[in-house]
Amino acid sequence: MPLVKNGMIATDALIHVPDGAELPGDGAVLVSAARFLENPEALLQRAGKTGVIWPNNRDVDDLVPFLDRLAVVALVFPTFRDGRAYSQARLLRERHGYDGELRATGQVLRDQFVFMLRAGFDAFEVKKESDAGAFALTSKRYSVFYQPTGDGRLTALHRRMQQRHSESAGQ
Amino acid sequence: MYAYDELDRTLINERVEEFRDQVKRRLSGELTEDEFKMLRLQNGVYLQLHAYMFRIAIPYGTLSSKQLRRLAHVARRYDRGYGHFTTRQNIQFNWIKLAELPDALADLAEVGIHAMQTSGNNTRNVTSDQWAGVAPGEIEDPRIWSELLRQYTTLHPEFSFLPRKFKFAITASAHDRAAIKIHDIGLRLHRNAQGETGFEVLVGGGLGRTPFIGKTIKPFVHGRDILSYVEAILRVYNQYGRRDNIYKARIKILVHELGIDKFAAEVEDEWLAMRDSALTLDDAVIEEIRSRFSYPSYENLPHMPEELKKAAHDPLFERWRKNSVFTHKIQGYAIVTLSLKPVGGPPGDATAEQMDALADLADKYSFGEIRVGHEQNLALPHVAKRGLPALWKALDKIRLATPNVNLVSDIIACPGLDYCSLANARSIPIAQELTRRFANHDTAELIGRLHINISGCINACGHHHVGHIGILGVEKNGEEFYQITIGGRADENAELGVLIGPAVPYGEVADVVEDIVEAYLALRERPDELFVDTVKRLGVGPFRERVYATR
Repeated sequence: MPLVKNGMIATDALIHVPDGAELPGDGAVLVSAARFLENPEALLQRAGKTGVIWPNNRDVDDLVPFLDRLAVVALVFPTFRDGRAYSQARLLRERHGYDGELRATGQVLRDQFVFMLRAGFDAFEVKKESDAGAFALTSKRYSVFYQPTGDGRLTALHRRMQQRHSESAGQ
Repeated sequence: MYAYDELDRTLINERVEEFRDQVKRRLSGELTEDEFKMLRLQNGVYLQLHAYMFRIAIPYGTLSSKQLRRLAHVARRYDRGYGHFTTRQNIQFNWIKLAELPDALADLAEVGIHAMQTSGNNTRNVTSDQWAGVAPGEIEDPRIWSELLRQYTTLHPEFSFLPRKFKFAITASAHDRAAIKIHDIGLRLHRNAQGETGFEVLVGGGLGRTPFIGKTIKPFVHGRDILSYVEAILRVYNQYGRRDNIYKARIKILVHELGIDKFAAEVEDEWLAMRDSALTLDDAVIEEIRSRFSYPSYENLPHMPEELKKAAHDPLFERWRKNSVFTHKIQGYAIVTLSLKPVGGPPGDATAEQMDALADLADKYSFGEIRVGHEQNLALPHVAKRGLPALWKALDKIRLATPNVNLVSDIIACPGLDYCSLANARSIPIAQELTRRFANHDTAELIGRLHINISGCINACGHHHVGHIGILGVEKNGEEFYQITIGGRADENAELGVLIGPAVPYGEVADVVEDIVEAYLALRERPDELFVDTVKRLGVGPFRERVYATR
């Protein structure tokens, strides 16, 4: 499953460590929320970076105390119909100020890239090679946005107000 | 009318191109039908019994003549020459070809029409009062707020994959023509003690398998806060709405399971955490949207022009005028409702020829504007009264002057088993038969206001729960049966109808309705006691007795 990061296909620096499997001595790891919460300090004090796979039915509040020490939060789309992780992503970015990698995992198709980028995701485990290849194109598909989110894109309402100001200043 | 600017136009064109890519990937096999299903649903494309069905949004029920002509063009070029207006201010085409859909969408986009989110588990077309902006006594034009909400909900990055579909309706009148109490969120514009404009917010209304009347979650939300408050509701729903069972996934179930107080407290917590955000609408932003609505330059006209006095001698004109012409907020003007319920016709259907002719009449008589109401009728919202006699003649020629508005043959019906793959039973032939039974105008007028609503399955697209008489098609051992409810209503006093007894077979439905109506005529206290008021006074008992005594 290709990983798209910063708009390009990248190699995954994190090793997915299944529950019960032994952790490598060093190196970056991605573990489940359950494993992480068993002993967060032990994991965070390791030499390598830590990433957590956070399920979409668990309140992100439980993760908040650790956010500034996490390298990756991976949110889950069990099917692309299940949109809970969009809310989790916005809460992590916009309310809790998380600025590490926010990764979309599960059934990730090109048709969600714009929504995901707007919600704050910056890394994508894409299900199909062809969709990963189409990332650059599809993520620029839209140039107009109606809703303000934390991604910094100007909304249509905002642009209209700017236009008004520049028009009246020019008179 | 709201005029799209360059930004609005760009966005819908970008959406058309995205959809073109999705269709291409489906046709090439790159997308499975399962993957494509959600994508097409996001853009109003259903797979029906015979073909793809294409549902197009008519936001808050406002159309320009140019847009209506374009709908006629789509009906003619891509479909079979007609369209079906729905209960949610949409129009549906039933015979569209998948490969041609992107072109049809592109044609529509040229006149500012789209099909975004007319199906799928997202925020649907925002509906409003079809008399918005022209009804006497309105707080203000609810379309300003409807448009703000349309933009806010369009391609929302957080709420495009909700547990289930989500519908908004807005009214600004004391008399609710938008059925806000049966929507996921209902908004009633009103003013607080300080004279500021805001909304009573209702939540959790809806029909379907488990019908609920919406409950007030907050009596007053200031206009500037409405988007953040709505976002708080949607965020709570997105996270906690049930996803394990499609029949329990609507927000009404979450509200019901938590209780309105607990749900309201969750929303309040969420709202307080984000109310002072970029979603706050300052006056300048609201004014910006308001400024892009254009209004007719009304003339100073007499209340009773000569043309109208003269035409009053024609009993057929008078019959139509009394039935279909309504008071406008400006003296000398009228709102004209156009019945899409001719005797023997499928409710809500209009042909391409009718649409084209009506667009011309709208230009001539109604400042180029047409409205679509949830009763599946159309309206011309600004007709100078002096033009009414000529308009009537022209409407009659195109079969849009049936004087049965709000009467027993003004039936709301879903497409039913004739088209729909979800249906258990036919709706249209039941409606057609009823319009024949009640074709006599004098009888219909004697009966008075009576709304019959028909759904071909439990999903309740025909809003049967809130019909004065509701008819629900069910299947029993491979045969079509119909459950009959009475006493429902969809207005400001919304109520769910009560079942009168066991379901009846297809062939008996019209007889049963006739029995119910006859019982009402015998039971009503006075001629102006409406059917629904008689049911309220007496309960279903006497009607049940009448219907089942001989069955």
